[in-house]
Amino acid sequence: MDSQSKTDWKWLFKMAWRDSRRSKSRLFLFISSIIIGIAALVAINSFSDNLKDDINSQAKELLGADLELGSNDSTFNYGLVDTLAHEVSYENSFASMVFFPKNQESRLVDVRALEGDFPYYGKIETEPANAEATFRDGERKALVDQSVMIQFDVEVGDSIRIGLVNFKIEGSLISSPSQSLGATLVAPAVYIPLKYLDDTELIQKGSRVYYRRFYKFTDPPEGFDIEAQIREDSDTLRIQDISSETIEERKEETGETFDDLADFLNLVAFVALLLGCVGVASAVHIYIKDKIRSVAILRCLGASGKDTFLIYLIQIGAAGFIGSFLGALAGTFIQTILPKVFGEFLPVEVNIALSWPSILGGLLTGIFVSILFALAPLVSVRKASPLITLRGIEADNNALKDKLKWLIYVGILLFVIVFAFIQIGSLGDSVVFTLFIAFSFGFLALVARFSMWLVKRFFPASWSYIWRQSLANLYRPNNQTSVLIASIGLGTALITTLYFIQALLISQVEITTDNDRPNLMVFDIQSHQVEELAELTKSYDLPVLQQVPVVTMRIESINGLTLEDVVSDTTEDNRRRSSPYRREWRVTYRDSLIESEKIVRGEITKPNNIDELPQVSLEDEYAKRNKIEIGDTIVWNVQGVPISTTLGSTREIDWERVQTNFLGLFPSGVLEQAPQFHVLITRVKDVEEGALFQREVVKNYPNVSVIDVGLILNTLDNILSKISFVIRFMALFSILTGLLVLVSSVILSKFQRIKESVLLRTMGASKRQIFSINSLEYFFLGSLASLSGIILSLLASWGLAYFTFNSTFVPDLLPIVLVYISITSITILIGLANSRGIVSKPPLEVLRSEIQ
Amino acid sequence: MPNILEVSQLSKTYQSGTKALTVLSDISFSIEPGDKLSIVGSSGSGKTTLLGLCAGLDRASSGSVILNGTKLDSLNEDERARVRNLHVGFVFQNFQLLPTLTALENIMVPMELRGEKGIKDRAMDLLARVGLAERHDHYPTQLSGGEQQRISIARAFSNRPKILFADEPTGNLDEETSVKIESLLFDLNRELGTTLVLVTHDNELAKKTDRVIQLKGGRIISNSLNQALEV
Ligand SMILES: Nc1ncnc2c1ncn2[C@@H]1O[C@H](COP(=O)(O)OP(=O)(O)OP(=O)(O)O)[C@@H](O)[C@H]1O
Ligand SMILES: [Mg+2]
Repeated sequence: MDSQSKTDWKWLFKMAWRDSRRSKSRLFLFISSIIIGIAALVAINSFSDNLKDDINSQAKELLGADLELGSNDSTFNYGLVDTLAHEVSYENSFASMVFFPKNQESRLVDVRALEGDFPYYGKIETEPANAEATFRDGERKALVDQSVMIQFDVEVGDSIRIGLVNFKIEGSLISSPSQSLGATLVAPAVYIPLKYLDDTELIQKGSRVYYRRFYKFTDPPEGFDIEAQIREDSDTLRIQDISSETIEERKEETGETFDDLADFLNLVAFVALLLGCVGVASAVHIYIKDKIRSVAILRCLGASGKDTFLIYLIQIGAAGFIGSFLGALAGTFIQTILPKVFGEFLPVEVNIALSWPSILGGLLTGIFVSILFALAPLVSVRKASPLITLRGIEADNNALKDKLKWLIYVGILLFVIVFAFIQIGSLGDSVVFTLFIAFSFGFLALVARFSMWLVKRFFPASWSYIWRQSLANLYRPNNQTSVLIASIGLGTALITTLYFIQALLISQVEITTDNDRPNLMVFDIQSHQVEELAELTKSYDLPVLQQVPVVTMRIESINGLTLEDVVSDTTEDNRRRSSPYRREWRVTYRDSLIESEKIVRGEITKPNNIDELPQVSLEDEYAKRNKIEIGDTIVWNVQGVPISTTLGSTREIDWERVQTNFLGLFPSGVLEQAPQFHVLITRVKDVEEGALFQREVVKNYPNVSVIDVGLILNTLDNILSKISFVIRFMALFSILTGLLVLVSSVILSKFQRIKESVLLRTMGASKRQIFSINSLEYFFLGSLASLSGIILSLLASWGLAYFTFNSTFVPDLLPIVLVYISITSITILIGLANSRGIVSKPPLEVLRSEIQ
Repeated sequence: MPNILEVSQLSKTYQSGTKALTVLSDISFSIEPGDKLSIVGSSGSGKTTLLGLCAGLDRASSGSVILNGTKLDSLNEDERARVRNLHVGFVFQNFQLLPTLTALENIMVPMELRGEKGIKDRAMDLLARVGLAERHDHYPTQLSGGEQQRISIARAFSNRPKILFADEPTGNLDEETSVKIESLLFDLNRELGTTLVLVTHDNELAKKTDRVIQLKGGRIISNSLNQALEV
């Protein structure tokens, strides 16, 4: 009897193999769940990996130089760079209207006057490609942002007028280092050679020009670390108002922007994998139920519980391995199309490379989840009694008493939490997420139990045979009610939630082009031009919606503390943030609030007498963030003139309205004599009207700039539709997995009903009767499952909208109805496809082949 | 010679809800090695239940079963499985072949479970013995009921059991096939000295065994030697 203790692995593997030969199709369904789940995981992780690598390896190209310095002051000076051998390029940039003589159109752009060989790493990408070089050949040539050229229908060779100078368009600008999506929206870039900047006569005293310098260190000393140097000198730089950026900083920034994208992708991969897990659990559950009789026979012949358990564990493990392997393979292929899907949103060119960590991780995850999620149904194999051979399968009602099962459930819970944590990155969220999944299972189990009880309790004995038979199928022994409701329900819930969230995200970025919102902003108007411009506007039958003065200023001190004081104060606690000092303030003055504002603290008052300091108002959040309290003294530097004020109130501002909103607000009677410009806001009916008006404005007042919100929205719309495409494409992964889970659960369930259908057929049931019974049963199951799933998804979407996206979730009835109809009809269709084999073949053939 | 099977004061009670249903009560008997015993009785009298208890497929409510000197009641499920594998063969009324294994593989399983080597030849011998050698790579669904029963008998003998239990082995078969199967059982019993315990409705078959136990309502109402067959 001692040979018993040794496990004969060879035999176990042989049995596992033999047994699988005739179960291939069923095992394949199980495998396919794993394939898609792992494919999504590997594709997304490989892509993220490659993207991260590429950001690292192309970090220099991201900045284009070793160091970038910038300031509002053209004479800024950072001593360190002079001690190092370097090359330098200069870029002076400012917003200005440009004019296209070809079609008499104008547009606000960001003019970048460049001198030097920048970028030193990477390239300014242009079309034609060599325009990047030839525009620097000393002629009057310009590179114009691609989207602008398309919008205004201008081509390479046409000319563009900037100020007083006409430039020949040498090429269209596709991308350059230091170009953000947001900035290009309002003011797309136009590059010109720096030496023609003065000729444009656009730069006058008070013009808002930003001066950048790009350095390349040609011979850095041994061990020279620019990051460390910059960190050391950060206070000096701050006081002088010089901003700096190094390759390392740019790399981190780019990585951070990418993190949000990665989070979303990870979530998609996670949901796909989770659906795969649900598929595994339900497939194995049904599979094992089918195998129980074989297990009992093996037990009769003397196989131990452990051996039989191992046979199926080996089988599932091997199938899991095959699925994971194929999934990893598929994922690696899918990865190659992801860079095309994301296209221009990617900061760097993503290379397609095998990511071994992702592939290996996917393989291991796949095998691990196949086994983990198969274990719960598998362990019942250990307890299968040999008595089944004599008496048939008894209702398994002490399944929950098995301690090991509970251990496995805890293991699954832990796995979901840990995996969610790895993918989402927040422990709290992961726990909430996992608890919700657990709750969903509980809810679905309850729905299944309750509906079975309900049907039994109120059984419609007077209904026709077909109805009674199909209803009774829901609760009779060997019913599929619980498994199918759980898997289809959870699948529906995940798919629908993803759909709702996707719709929510898309609607959140969609901008309502409301009809009476202002959509044209004219700014940089000189005081003496205000009246004339208002007249011009009215002569075009356009409303003057707002006309506000803007004064630029800086903060000299707050409660007597200057920027130097703040920077040198090292006590962390009362350290003021330096940002209010560093900002160039654009404030307006008036004595009342506008529509988009609300007082939060204090009140708006006019000074009662000359001695009293005027009271200004700041945006509430900004004041809080920078620890500026009501009553604090703020001294402003209004272009050389100090003006003392106190903080009288704070306001909440609705920034989403297209209006001139101001962080800082002065009372009237203080700034009237200060140098200022004015902003006028109007609304045009359409693009043509806007273009016509703009042309007239720019012709008469060359110093004035116009922002056409409609134009921006057009561009934005373009980008957003691309984003929603990306979201939809990625969500497709999860939806596919969900459908597959649904299909495989239903296909597998057929083995439960086949014997019965054949017996009915033998007793003379017609094709139609069997079809009706089966489709009704699947109709009940599909309906119950999809409705419960929808309820869960409504709950989940509401929670996600409220807690994660800070918005309210308003469910659309149409998608709900569509989901219900499609899930239910898919269930019925597959169910019917299952029974087709039964009714079209002679009963005997079916009996011999299927019932064993 | 010690008894191969000793059953004493065996009872089995099923609890369904609050009601207790006694299916077997106070059953005692014993068999010597090499004997042939048949159990007869009307439907529902407890024959299958008794057979299952003797083979260690189920646990009794009280009383004991000693098989080949081992007290089954004190063993756990795996230990009983081991006893079955080493000493017991079982032929079911409804064959119970493993559907995913070929005829040959079905016969090999008990030997493989014991870790025996060179079993293929023996399995082929057994197959030939039941007249199905050329069907060795067929799956159960490709065989008729009688053929499946023959495979199942070959399987039952494959581990050279000391005792073989057969629950209505010919219940499903026509007379001609039944006779074939019966003689197969008896031949193997004679050649290998296997003790035979048969459940049957067939009086003719019962007469061919050494001893007949008659059950009624879960009790033994007679336990008699079969004079006719004593040779
Ligand atoms: N799990 C169970 N729960 C309750 N009663 C049971 C159970 N299993 C068997 N019985 C009852 O035990 C009794 C004996 O059953 P058993 O199968 O041993 O009869 P049998 O003599 O083999 O009958 P047959 O000749 O019809 O096969 C029957 O009345 C049966 O209803
Ligand atoms: Mg019986």
